[in-house]
Amino acid sequence: MSKEDERMSVEESPKGGVSRRGFLKGAGLTAAGAAIMEGGLLGVREATAALREPPVVGPGSVSVTLKVNGASRRVDVEPRTTLAEALRFELGLTGTKVVCDRGSCSACTVWLDGTPVCSCMTLAVDVGSRAVTTIEGLAPDDERLHPVQEAFIEYDAMQCGFCTPGMIMSCAALLNRKANPTLEDVKTATSGNLCRCGTYPKVFEATLAAAKTGGHGRKGGD
Amino acid sequence: MNSFEWTEAKTVEDAVARMGGSSVVKAGGLDLLDRMKEGISTPARLVNIRNVAGLDAIREDAKTGLHLGPLVTLAQLDASSLVRRRYTALADAAGHAATPQIRNVATVGGNLLQRPRCWYFRSEDFHCLKKGGDTCFALEGENQYHAIFGNRVCAIVHPSATATALVALGARLELTGPGGKREVALEDFFVTPEKDVRRENSIGEKELITAVRVPPLSQGTRSVYLKQGEKESFDWPVADVAVVLERSGVRCTRASIVLGAAAPVPLRVRAAEEALEGRAVNEETARVAASAAVRGATPLSRNGYKVPIFETLVRRAIMAAA
Repeated sequence: MSKEDERMSVEESPKGGVSRRGFLKGAGLTAAGAAIMEGGLLGVREATAALREPPVVGPGSVSVTLKVNGASRRVDVEPRTTLAEALRFELGLTGTKVVCDRGSCSACTVWLDGTPVCSCMTLAVDVGSRAVTTIEGLAPDDERLHPVQEAFIEYDAMQCGFCTPGMIMSCAALLNRKANPTLEDVKTATSGNLCRCGTYPKVFEATLAAAKTGGHGRKGGD
Repeated sequence: MNSFEWTEAKTVEDAVARMGGSSVVKAGGLDLLDRMKEGISTPARLVNIRNVAGLDAIREDAKTGLHLGPLVTLAQLDASSLVRRRYTALADAAGHAATPQIRNVATVGGNLLQRPRCWYFRSEDFHCLKKGGDTCFALEGENQYHAIFGNRVCAIVHPSATATALVALGARLELTGPGGKREVALEDFFVTPEKDVRRENSIGEKELITAVRVPPLSQGTRSVYLKQGEKESFDWPVADVAVVLERSGVRCTRASIVLGAAAPVPLRVRAAEEALEGRAVNEETARVAASAAVRGATPLSRNGYKVPIFETLVRRAIMAAA
């Protein structure tokens, strides 16, 4: 196996977090670099073993490719950069809000492979090949909004609006999972989303109404 | 958050070889990131085990019971019809922990290993006993959410809801380290502050939880988990209780009663179990057992209210399992 082949096999990871370029950059400076620099001391076998070690990246920038709203986007982030930070500061997708930054308020909710998660408690390097869907990617096209978004407007399900993107991501994910939810289901789905204006009853109403009109948009798997 | 290096473990062996010292294993990462953001944990390298294959299985075998991989998420436990039907207390403990978003990522292994939620421990500004200081600030301070048992040295409550249920279900952990595998009863895994105030369990620096096992339950065994928070939507428990009852006819042959959020470790209350064993389970015996469960509590200045809540939860859980 050539060194290039080994690099490629090391990099392969079904859901792993680091892009090929990021690996070459990171590993080139650590494992492989050390092996080459110390080539005089290490035998060939040790040098090869060092190359086989999974790559270590950071603490500086690493290049990561994120699949966001159906498009591949390359970002340079440190390992400590959260997905929320990468979306807002690197990709300009400021619809995702950061409030508590500790996973307690769910304002930063996005979908990973269609599942709602807190983007503030997800590291960008940990996203890997999982598909990210943000509030910007929820509408089926430029002309129409997602039925849950429509219902939020119609039922006035927001006051200051800061929790709204996270609320909508939670409610739309619920409708993907369960087309005809009960009020209890909506309460559970939004139980992590804090709204300090207290607009919960309108959120529940809007989501149940969206379900009645057949509230499906994107499934978030692409 | 401090800067750190990042690497993906490919296998359990790979992770074990590369953890220890300032290299810390990350699974769901929720508790770890929380501590890092608060500046109370500053690892130099994270070893990500989230993508290690084969650690996320839920399966049951008539002989060996329930097997859970450490990467099974709380949401998976909640949604599993197998877990819900046969190990109800565990499904309910997982399903009522944290928020839906967190349950989608948080793992059962991480849930068992998470550090306490005590606000003095979580604040960078308090160099408490647990962080190498010489004071437990909760003993004289704001202790409304703290321990009512075993609270003389350090008054944390153990934060894991799944531990409450799993201890009651008699779970065992498989731990894998550089020397191979070992197994430990979950009940014996947790460490009291009297023994070592710096840790909450006996996992080695280079050990991983590689399986959680629940022994087979006899026919007719029922398990119940109840939690009381301050609000209806997501909250940490001020009290939670798991009860497992084995019966023969109307008589209880074996009881397992565990209090969570009561002590620095999940607290099995033998006196309450003995009050039920050999007797018919009814409102009267449930009352006697519930009263035995909180006997000897040593509440602090602001958490005496938790004692009657625990007593009520134990009684209700027994009746629900009867």
